[in-house]
Amino acid sequence: MKVSIERGALLKAVAQAQSVVERRNTIPILANVLIEAEGDTIEFRATDLDIEVVDVAPAKVERAGATTVSAVTLNEIVRKLPDGALVSLTEDGQSGRLVIEAGRSNFALATLPKQDFPVMASSEYTANFSCKAPVLRRLFEKSRFAISTEETRYYLNGVYMHVAESEGAKVLRCVATDGHRLARIDAELPAGAENLPGVIVPRKTVNELMKLVNDDDQDIAVSVSETKVRFATPGITLTSKVIDGTFPDYSRVIPQSNTKMLEVDAAEFAKAVDRVATVSSERSRAVKMQLDEDRLILSVNAPDSGNAEEELAVAYADESLEIGFNAKYLLEIASQVDRENAVFLFNSSGDPTLMREGSDTSAVYVVMPMRV
Amino acid sequence: MLRPMPALCRDCLSRFDTAPAGRCPACRSPRVVTHPELWDLSIAHMDCDAFYASVEKRDNPELEGKPVIIGGGRRGVVSTACYIARIKGVRSAMPMFQALKLCPEAIVVRGRMDRYVEVSKQVRALMDELTPVVEPLSLDEAFMDLTGTARLHGHPPAVMLARLARRMKDEIGITGSIGLSHNKFLAKVASDLDKPRGFSIIGAAETTDFLRPRPVRLIWGIGPAAQESLEKAGIRTFSDLERWDRRDLAARFGSMGERLWHLARGEDHRRVSARSPVKSISNETTFFEDTGDGDILDGHIWRLSEKVSARAKAKEYAGRVVTLKLKTARFKTLTRRLSLPQPTQLADTLYRTARGLYDPEAGSGPFRLIGVGLSDLVPAHLADREGDLLDPGAGRREGAERAADALRQRFGADAIVKGRALK
Repeated sequence: MKVSIERGALLKAVAQAQSVVERRNTIPILANVLIEAEGDTIEFRATDLDIEVVDVAPAKVERAGATTVSAVTLNEIVRKLPDGALVSLTEDGQSGRLVIEAGRSNFALATLPKQDFPVMASSEYTANFSCKAPVLRRLFEKSRFAISTEETRYYLNGVYMHVAESEGAKVLRCVATDGHRLARIDAELPAGAENLPGVIVPRKTVNELMKLVNDDDQDIAVSVSETKVRFATPGITLTSKVIDGTFPDYSRVIPQSNTKMLEVDAAEFAKAVDRVATVSSERSRAVKMQLDEDRLILSVNAPDSGNAEEELAVAYADESLEIGFNAKYLLEIASQVDRENAVFLFNSSGDPTLMREGSDTSAVYVVMPMRV
Repeated sequence: MLRPMPALCRDCLSRFDTAPAGRCPACRSPRVVTHPELWDLSIAHMDCDAFYASVEKRDNPELEGKPVIIGGGRRGVVSTACYIARIKGVRSAMPMFQALKLCPEAIVVRGRMDRYVEVSKQVRALMDELTPVVEPLSLDEAFMDLTGTARLHGHPPAVMLARLARRMKDEIGITGSIGLSHNKFLAKVASDLDKPRGFSIIGAAETTDFLRPRPVRLIWGIGPAAQESLEKAGIRTFSDLERWDRRDLAARFGSMGERLWHLARGEDHRRVSARSPVKSISNETTFFEDTGDGDILDGHIWRLSEKVSARAKAKEYAGRVVTLKLKTARFKTLTRRLSLPQPTQLADTLYRTARGLYDPEAGSGPFRLIGVGLSDLVPAHLADREGDLLDPGAGRREGAERAADALRQRFGADAIVKGRALK
């Protein structure tokens, strides 16, 4: 194999691939990235056996070939090369080394044979559709904070992507919950997604996907089967196993009859919550919300360290209410609001509270109160 | 010519500035303690002698003069052996069958924890009269700091301690051994020197000479594993330890090294603290017969969870980490733990978590022991504050548990029992 490629294009491809590689590996080949050069492209493939990323970059291929080298080391080298450098990758098939040259720098990395590299089995995808990057980004970005880290309820360790019905129309829906808060985000159902089987996309896959949809307005090709999900741009393909489990029936959890409505400027609210929570050093800090007509008092009382209180002007017309929440959860859901006011709907101090952005029902959040 | 030497008769509490030769001139008792620093030392350790066995003998005069072993059944281990049984070689933590081989005539008594707690409280009350700074280590031993109490009591600490031992015997009917020194480590070492009914003193002047020839396993917390790693470094006795450079010890043994360096010189800067923090709460049970029966084990997990929960509630603690301990028939110990999203003190949550930890291990049975523990403790008001969206029944179960607790408070522990507990 002999290839030359511009440093910027190489870095982008290698960086994405190496990020799925687990830092501590017991199987040496899994620390490596598979490099395959053919035609006028070079392909980088990395896996942790649950997720596989394939990056394709245009390159000048003088001699086709394939090998594997340490993903982390290759990434580090390319990152440290000067911007704009032309990098050549050469492997003679005998020395067991991949030689990397750029300007006066010369590196030789140990290789492992291509045959040892586990390539993820392909799947029969039952749904294939195309979705704009910002739409996917919104679906996953706004739901992923609620993903659980609890090992026992492993089926909550991801975002449940499925087809649902909302106000008489079918929608593409993402739901995540850890039992304390829940996020339910809807988007218009893309053509071709009607037969989408509901799948739980693991946390790590969601994080990788965020890098993929970060850039521009491009189309992302989405393919889903019962066991796998694939997101692809022209240059990068991310394939992942889905969590083998049943996502709980979340619809029961979303309160339907909460009537006490509070409307508040989300940014002001989040800042005030953050300020009052400062006095508490506990791991889960409880904030009390005390609601009266058009007035909200946020307070924290930490017996060992102090107390704090802040008053906010809000829109609230219902009977007085006192309710406590975990400060972290309040901050997280308040920071999901980006355009309008945050609207909270309460029932009682012991019941789940609903939060949405203005009157928009395409993104709703539920948060469980905390005893204060 | 007699040199001035403080002395104290442990029976009539007479004080002498010049130690009498032989028996107490006042009451003819042979139990006279003599030490140059007798009036100056104030850190004490009191250790009851074969506590559980002594309580049993006191409650049941028929046991008097007979070897008594406290422990659980044929399959259990010895938790305490009286001094008569100890002469035959019976030791704590020895498997019962082995103990009975050594001492077949021994009377085995199943422990009555409630009773021991009760007697322990009586002993504790006597200690509280001596000083506010009592640090219990378990039911039957405690540290006391009597610094500055001499003027209050009108007697130096040594006298008050001798009186404590006498009152324990006269008023409660059990005996204890006392160690008096200038820090906790040495006080604990001292109380063990002359058991039972001992009264031993390690003074500041003699500390290093006293320690040098002794093995480092005297140090509380140096078990067989630590002992082995010390031996690898050529450390057997305190004099070996004393030769080590402070930095080398720290480099080789980490934070323990620093402590070892001080202990080698008889220094221990820990204070006696009345409220030593509880780190974990756990209960375990050894079965009469090994079992792999899921139903039986489930019943045990529930009862243990209830016990741990009751203790947590009583002490006003909640914990974030639940531990399940299993010992297989082949004596292999499995420990599984899980961090909860929020601290709990509920038996229900403990049970569900422990049960979840047990399920994947069910195939490793049969088991001879099972235990449930709660650690990473926080104050009770931080417990169970958040509900679970996906488990709407949890709130109801908590309500039921709290209501049952209230009933038990009024009508006794057996007033209400879950069906699960009867399995």
